[in-house]
Amino acid sequence: MTIDPPNPIRRITTSPLFWPLLGLVLLLIFNAIFTPSFFNLEIRDGHLYGSMVDVLNRGSIGIIIAIGMTLVIATGGVDLSVGSIMAISGAVAALMLTESNVSLWGVIPCALLAATIAGLLNGLLVAVVGIQPVVATLILMVCGRGIARFLTGEKVIALVDDHFSAAFDYLGNGHFLGMPFPVTIFVLLVLATLVVVRKTVLGLFIESVGSNEVASRAVGIQARTIKIGVYAFCGFCAGIAGLIDASNINAADTVNAGVFTELDAIFAVVVGGTALTGGRFTLVGSVVGALLLQTLLTTLYTFGFASDTAPVPKAIVIVGVCLLQSDAFRQKFRRRSAA
Amino acid sequence: MNRISERHVMLAVTAVVLMVLFFGASMRFDGFSSPFVIADLFNETAFLGITAVGMTLVIISGGIDLSVGSVIGFTTIFVATMISDNGMNPVLVWAAALALGTGFGCMMGALIQVFKLPAFLVTLGGLFFARGMAFSIKKESVQIDHPLYDAVGDIALPIGGGASLSFPAILFLILIAIVVVIAHRTRFGRNLYAIGGSEDSSLLMGLPVTSTKIGVYTFNGFCSALAGIAMTIYMDSGNPINAVALELDAIAVVVIGGTLLSGGTGLVAGTLLGILIYATIYQITYFANLPASLATISIGTLLLIFILAQQSLRRLR
Repeated sequence: MTIDPPNPIRRITTSPLFWPLLGLVLLLIFNAIFTPSFFNLEIRDGHLYGSMVDVLNRGSIGIIIAIGMTLVIATGGVDLSVGSIMAISGAVAALMLTESNVSLWGVIPCALLAATIAGLLNGLLVAVVGIQPVVATLILMVCGRGIARFLTGEKVIALVDDHFSAAFDYLGNGHFLGMPFPVTIFVLLVLATLVVVRKTVLGLFIESVGSNEVASRAVGIQARTIKIGVYAFCGFCAGIAGLIDASNINAADTVNAGVFTELDAIFAVVVGGTALTGGRFTLVGSVVGALLLQTLLTTLYTFGFASDTAPVPKAIVIVGVCLLQSDAFRQKFRRRSAA
Repeated sequence: MNRISERHVMLAVTAVVLMVLFFGASMRFDGFSSPFVIADLFNETAFLGITAVGMTLVIISGGIDLSVGSVIGFTTIFVATMISDNGMNPVLVWAAALALGTGFGCMMGALIQVFKLPAFLVTLGGLFFARGMAFSIKKESVQIDHPLYDAVGDIALPIGGGASLSFPAILFLILIAIVVVIAHRTRFGRNLYAIGGSEDSSLLMGLPVTSTKIGVYTFNGFCSALAGIAMTIYMDSGNPINAVALELDAIAVVVIGGTLLSGGTGLVAGTLLGILIYATIYQITYFANLPASLATISIGTLLLIFILAQQSLRRLR
């Protein structure tokens, strides 16, 4: 067997970041040609406005959930309950803001704690009880929205008039350094997660558990604890997303909050180059994947696509990308091109 | 503990849960055990039952199908629009809807089996695709006003005491009878259990794994479309947002009915009991004037308890 000489082009195309970035660049070029106004930026009251800023702002919820989902998928699992956890976190925050005198500094930790506990339960079911991840998180997906609806008394809790909280509103609608505040939140979260998983041995442990759990346990990695941890972290991320979502509309709408976010997050992770089978993961890839999804949606909307029908192209892209990644498909394709 | 007795243990547990719920509610609420309520248990959940029957076979084969709710929603708006706006004959529209649902299921099954993609991912894609297509047909509810629908709506099977089963409920009971025979008396059914038990062994034994697995998703697509048609008969309308998240209820009902989510074990008859438990819980919240979200929470909790019980049964073995 000969070793290929280091080929710079080959090294770039085999990087996991290559394909999602290429997709994103192609979409941006498409926009540059057909809707040049896409790149317009203007500064009003010291705040940046424009389609690109919109993409970052609207994409922030997807990015935040994709970060948690990346780690879960890296361990070979999946979390279908993120949408329901978003609804729970929004409901807890809205309830505490309307029914109690607790300040925002007490409300946010409580909402995030509720979300983390929900994620922890997922982790316990997967790692300790040994239920398949799809099934374990399905339970909370069913129950979680029911719990959120029960908490809010099956109503939409609006944070207006007396209950309006300027500080809570800032989470989703405020601006920091000219950019929408959710952008600051996701940038900080991405950086913090990157440092924790890449500068410590944790990331390696997660990849090891995802590639071979038995072998990881044999070399002394606490596979169970790692798994519980990533589900709890995924719940925590969903909790942050739930707070931003509730703050965006200044209400806790438990029926619509976070509906379908699980597919968006799985989409971002898979398109970003992390395989659903677990093992190697790339956080930056997932961020690019989420941005690609949001750019795709924004582009579709500018061309008059209704938001109701947007799931159709989304579904086609995600199944298409998975097909391209699947060995069975590649083999068939290779055989044909060889013949 | 062998396989046969295990699945009968789960069935017995389900039956006990149903009896406790039903007789408990009968003692607590006046008129709960009336024929009207019993007929309602079937009439109100017939479409869920129809799709749960198909889901049972998918889960026995070791797979999962998350797209059923969206396929039902798509079918209702498709049928309603074709009949009301395009003036087509309902029988033709039904046939077209069944063909679309069956073809869609077949396509997902092929993606799952031929390209070895995870079932939850492909069917989650199917969920989005079908829901988006439903909205692309029409964004709001469409009424169905057709003599055939009136005639079908008048069909009723008296069960005594003045109460009667509606046409969708009759359809559900007929379907379950057919599928019991398919699952336990045909080669296809036996292959399903074998594949759910161990796909690799089935392959080595020379069983037609590919065609059976594609077949089961195809059949589930048919069941979802049939459930959508039953829903239009039940509501006399179609709406693209119908049956959102119904797949979760369908899976819950199947598991509560004693089918193992890891595949290979389960009884179609158990799904009938699962449906009755589901319907009884909703009737109880209605009788006790409790919020509907409590019913969702109870079903989720029951799902959790059953999965935990299955898990410990497997450890015992």
